[in-house]
Amino acid sequence: MHVVIVGCGRVGSSLALSLVTEGWSVAVVDDRAESFYLLGEDFGGQFVEGKALDWDVLRSAGIEHADAVVTATDGDNTNIVVAQVAMKKFGVKCVVARVYDPLRATLFAQTGIRTVCPTRDARVLLLDAVRSCEVSAEA
Amino acid sequence: MFVLIIGGGKVGLNTARQLLQLDHEVAVIEQRKSRYDLLVEELEEALVFGDGTEIWVLEKAGIARADMVVAVTGDDEDNVIIAQIAKMKFSVPKVVARVNNPFNQPTFDLLGIDATVCATTSMLRLIMHELPVHKYVPLFSLRRENLEVVELEVSESSPFANTYVQDIQLPENVLLAAILRAGHALPARGSSEILPGDYVLCVLPPAKGKELIKVFLPDESPEELEKESELDTSEG
Repeated sequence: MHVVIVGCGRVGSSLALSLVTEGWSVAVVDDRAESFYLLGEDFGGQFVEGKALDWDVLRSAGIEHADAVVTATDGDNTNIVVAQVAMKKFGVKCVVARVYDPLRATLFAQTGIRTVCPTRDARVLLLDAVRSCEVSAEA
Repeated sequence: MFVLIIGGGKVGLNTARQLLQLDHEVAVIEQRKSRYDLLVEELEEALVFGDGTEIWVLEKAGIARADMVVAVTGDDEDNVIIAQIAKMKFSVPKVVARVNNPFNQPTFDLLGIDATVCATTSMLRLIMHELPVHKYVPLFSLRRENLEVVELEVSESSPFANTYVQDIQLPENVLLAAILRAGHALPARGSSEILPGDYVLCVLPPAKGKELIKVFLPDESPEELEKESELDTSEG
């Protein structure tokens, strides 16, 4: 199984390492060559330097035979655009995009990409954490 | 018409000015504070501060009642997203997006953003038009109509030199629109004669380019001419 991960930040890199451990073939794309260090010295996957908006960069990361694509750059719009390219141009079945903005996460889920919204999730977790402190709002 | 412009750079500002002059209503969204401060005196309440890829900012600027949305930020991803939001969520009747890097044109096409403008491509084409060595120059495309306007040189040896327009057999769907001679554009009527040294303007679907070259410039290789006229828009 081959996965292309776009964005080699904290999330992208640790996701890459997890998937390698699970036995996936992994290619990580980032336009900052220095982000490679987050993957560690003996990273078992491929690192491709370049802009993910460039279809040739995606091709050299093996998108044409990818089973899954995850977009996790720090830009919502880049993530949404690249995810749609993966789905519509390269026919990737499983396409997941990180989208911080809840409104765009909901809207673009309509296009068929799976959007994950950390803002929404964090809000729920933080609310739960505050509630579980057992202090009353009225006090 | 109410036109919502996203991006208050040179293109956005001048579009707004032009539309205001024609008595249209406009709103401009700008996210750089320094640029906002510069424009607010001129545009007053027509200027909205914020990130125009945020749905609530677009709503605040009135996208729900916009007749047209013009996405002209300096960022191609943002322009794609704005155009998609305008179409998907607000069903805006007309959406135009700017392509900053011609390299990204296929992505705009793929995602169904059919009305795009690309300054770099337009400029490159006009420059090619000025170069004397090109016999076949695509001047501009009408993407929505899937048509292209091309210019062809009529050489001494051209089969159409010293011929009347009515005697020319053009490929299907190719229109000979005008004859350019000594700085004048002449209508291509059946009785018009084409002379060596003329240039002709044709309107055609892009796929017909090769066929047109074959009949008009039989000594040239269509593949090579098309390749020559293709613009090198790779990054760098």
